[in-house]
Amino acid sequence: MDILIAIAGLGIICLVAEIFNLRKAIVPVTVAGLLAVLFYVAAKIFSNNPNILGLGLDGAPYNSMIANDNYGLAFSALFILLTAFLVAMSPEFHKEHKAKLSDFVAVKLFLLTGAIAMVSFTNLSMFFLGIEILSISLYILAASSPKDLKSNEAGMKYFLMGAFASGIILFGIALVYGATGSFNMTAINEMNRLTLPAWFGIGTIMLTIGLMFKIAAVPFHFWAPDVYEGSPALTTATMSTLAKVAAMASFFKLATTLNPHLQGYLTTINVIAVLSMTVGNILALRQTNVKRMLGFSGISHAGYMLLAFQFQDLGTAQGNLYYYAFAYTLAGIAAFAVVLMVCGNKGNEEVYNFNGLGKTNPLMAAILTCALLSMAGIPIFSGFFGKLFLFNQVLDKGRMVLVIIAVINSIIGVGYYFRLIIAMFTKENTDERQPVPFVYSAVAVVAILLNIGIGLYPELILQLIR
Amino acid sequence: MDVSFILIILLFGAGATYFVGDKWASKAALIFSAAAFAATAYIISLYNAGDNVSFMHLWINNPRVLLAFQADGLSLSMTMLTIALTPIIVFTSFGNLFPKTRSFYALILFMAFAMVGTFLAVDGLLYYVFWELSLIPIYFIALIWGNGDAQERKKAVIKFFIYTFAGSLFMLVAFVYLYQKTHSFLNIHLYSTFLSKKEQMWLFLAFFLAYAIKIPIIPFHTWQANVYQKAPAVGTMLLSGIMLKMALYSVIRWQLPIAPLAAAEYKYIFIGLCVAGVIYGSVLALKQNNIKKLLAYSSLAHVGLIAAGTYTLTIDGLRGAVLQMIAHGFVVVGLFFAAEVIERRFGTQEISEMGGIRTQSPKFTSMFMILVLASVALPGTFNFVGEFELLYSLAQANIWLAVIGGTTIILGAFYMLRMFQYVMLGETNTKVFADVTFNEGLAFVIILAVLLFLGIYPKPVVDFITPELEKTLVFINRFNK
Repeated sequence: MDILIAIAGLGIICLVAEIFNLRKAIVPVTVAGLLAVLFYVAAKIFSNNPNILGLGLDGAPYNSMIANDNYGLAFSALFILLTAFLVAMSPEFHKEHKAKLSDFVAVKLFLLTGAIAMVSFTNLSMFFLGIEILSISLYILAASSPKDLKSNEAGMKYFLMGAFASGIILFGIALVYGATGSFNMTAINEMNRLTLPAWFGIGTIMLTIGLMFKIAAVPFHFWAPDVYEGSPALTTATMSTLAKVAAMASFFKLATTLNPHLQGYLTTINVIAVLSMTVGNILALRQTNVKRMLGFSGISHAGYMLLAFQFQDLGTAQGNLYYYAFAYTLAGIAAFAVVLMVCGNKGNEEVYNFNGLGKTNPLMAAILTCALLSMAGIPIFSGFFGKLFLFNQVLDKGRMVLVIIAVINSIIGVGYYFRLIIAMFTKENTDERQPVPFVYSAVAVVAILLNIGIGLYPELILQLIR
Repeated sequence: MDVSFILIILLFGAGATYFVGDKWASKAALIFSAAAFAATAYIISLYNAGDNVSFMHLWINNPRVLLAFQADGLSLSMTMLTIALTPIIVFTSFGNLFPKTRSFYALILFMAFAMVGTFLAVDGLLYYVFWELSLIPIYFIALIWGNGDAQERKKAVIKFFIYTFAGSLFMLVAFVYLYQKTHSFLNIHLYSTFLSKKEQMWLFLAFFLAYAIKIPIIPFHTWQANVYQKAPAVGTMLLSGIMLKMALYSVIRWQLPIAPLAAAEYKYIFIGLCVAGVIYGSVLALKQNNIKKLLAYSSLAHVGLIAAGTYTLTIDGLRGAVLQMIAHGFVVVGLFFAAEVIERRFGTQEISEMGGIRTQSPKFTSMFMILVLASVALPGTFNFVGEFELLYSLAQANIWLAVIGGTTIILGAFYMLRMFQYVMLGETNTKVFADVTFNEGLAFVIILAVLLFLGIYPKPVVDFITPELEKTLVFINRFNK
């Protein structure tokens, strides 16, 4: 809760700063504030003491709304880091709407509070608040370029689908409450599954379905490509990294704590994982729009992350999921920074915009190449280790077929990731070299270095949760 | 000083080459690869003196991955092959002008780094990381600096990448499966796990897929000829001279000792496939008019024989394979360099457009002749030693396999000498063939000196590699006494 208060406060500071004409200070202050909070969270994790500042957080503070466990803290740290990247890129991205900058930054910060609430809840009502804050912020961001028809369409589509999913989630929560008489996850977890009425299972399934919408797993993915393509690119970056991982992490936490003991529940998740990987990858092969392609590739990555549900040991599985999410989002941020740079004032994100980038801007081309290689799962980039840890875990459970399918999907993935790489290095560029905004290259460089860094020292990330 | 030092020199060299800029990149690459050569030579002398030059350090705790680089006769000889060929390959490129020179040379050194890592690593996952890493530089070298139509080149190179990547992913699954069994990736632990026959068969096949694509063994060879033709000469040399040997070496280091039962059970199937590749490569080489493609198919035939030798599971087969890997590495680099020398002057790869070089450059002709003769394993060249042992090992398996495999020498002699005739002899062409430059000549002389010296006196290499191969053979034959 202390983290939530700090970040929500930061959001309010943004809005106030706009009133007092301190627009220039907004982004630096926000990024500095986020890094400070990140440092605070890291201190909490490494000292193993959530009460490091003596805020009276021992036991079950705030009526057991928020858990101070490593799972929530570690994911919160990742989200704060991602938001810092996204906020850093906003002034450049919104340079034509300077007056709205404070709104965009504040909405992103509120989105972050939602994401944090989603991974560190102990109470289902807190979870629902989190998911709604996150979703509503995203609806706004998706439709945030009001004169663009596609952005309007994206916002509307996302809103309708998202509201529908939220409704299902809320119904699920109601059923779970009806069955258990409690919103508290710890209490629910301790109840005897055999004595719970049947609608506990139904409620869990509804929660699952609702979250599958948010993750954009097949067959609940239909909104994703259109929304990804239509939204402003920075929003797409937010959705495909921060929002996706937040939904994934909260789904993992929810499903493993509710632990419904339903026959076929895990099998269903496996089928959804396989479908997401395969359908996402195969459809991505045909895309010519980079945002859309990354959208489909995000669907397949959600499929990989769903493999984490096959586990022997919960702690390891959490660590592996976290590592995969970390690797994927950093590669995503780096890739989107380059996409923003290249397509910033082109009005579209077709692959041909990247032609000849290897000649005109070798650094950015190299970064995008590294990001794509990481997503494709080529070693030394952390994407490879993410996949490796997941495969290892799934094999530990004896699910060889799943691993083989995932491997075949990795091969398909190479097909479209490399199309972009080939375009950058072999095609001739169509227009002259354009200057690179400093923030984009800075964000891209830092993100990709972190990605390679955690590839060289995977322990650094794994130990946060295990 | 241990073997990790070689890797550090190469990696640092790759970075330094990139940062010294286009003008000095080629020289920096030569200096660093030569420094790596000196370091390797020194480390080998330490190893011979009985020092422990292996390197081991914990990398990831869970899953347990070690930074384990082991120095033994097998890995050091392959490292030496890589490190000796790298400066030669860099040196041969001095006659060409490349755009983006610094990236080019940095990639070559990075590739050498990855390949040396593959040869030295004895931790399965570390080995896999290096194995995959080596794919990235060669992909870019062939893609960006290759020749021919860009569209076709792209297709050929991406096919190569996807093929090899697909194959190696199954190897990764095999490693992860083995990790589940042993909770270690270290080769010694993997050798000594108990695996049922069925498990061994699947593991063997998973490894086979990775290696068969890279070696290549038919029917997984379809990427090869096109990539060899499209890649720049340096890329072709790296691919055929060293990268193929990664897979052949891995057969000895990983595939056979891990799944010995399957190796013994299906021995004849795999030898048969490899020998079929020998015939297939030779026959196709007969029909080629493009000199690089001809050399690619002849290379397919030769490595097919090497692979067949390893699958015989005899000491002669393994030793012959290692000797022939070294010999083939030098010869094939020399031959592709000769093709490059001709292309620099005539601007073509088509054999029918060449000819009449002998009268213009007797020096080049005699050097090329020796290379051709070495390639067809004439006694007195290093290739003869390896090829002889390989055929002997095939004869131990089945005399008819040796007879069929032996046709590679006859067919090889036929197409290589015919190629020599068309390229070198004949009427003086209207095209002018300038005599080889000093640099070009020096590269040839070094290669020929190695081949001839070891051809006459192969004992140091044989003595160096035999103990480790015998040790490996104990693991391979541990079930069939």
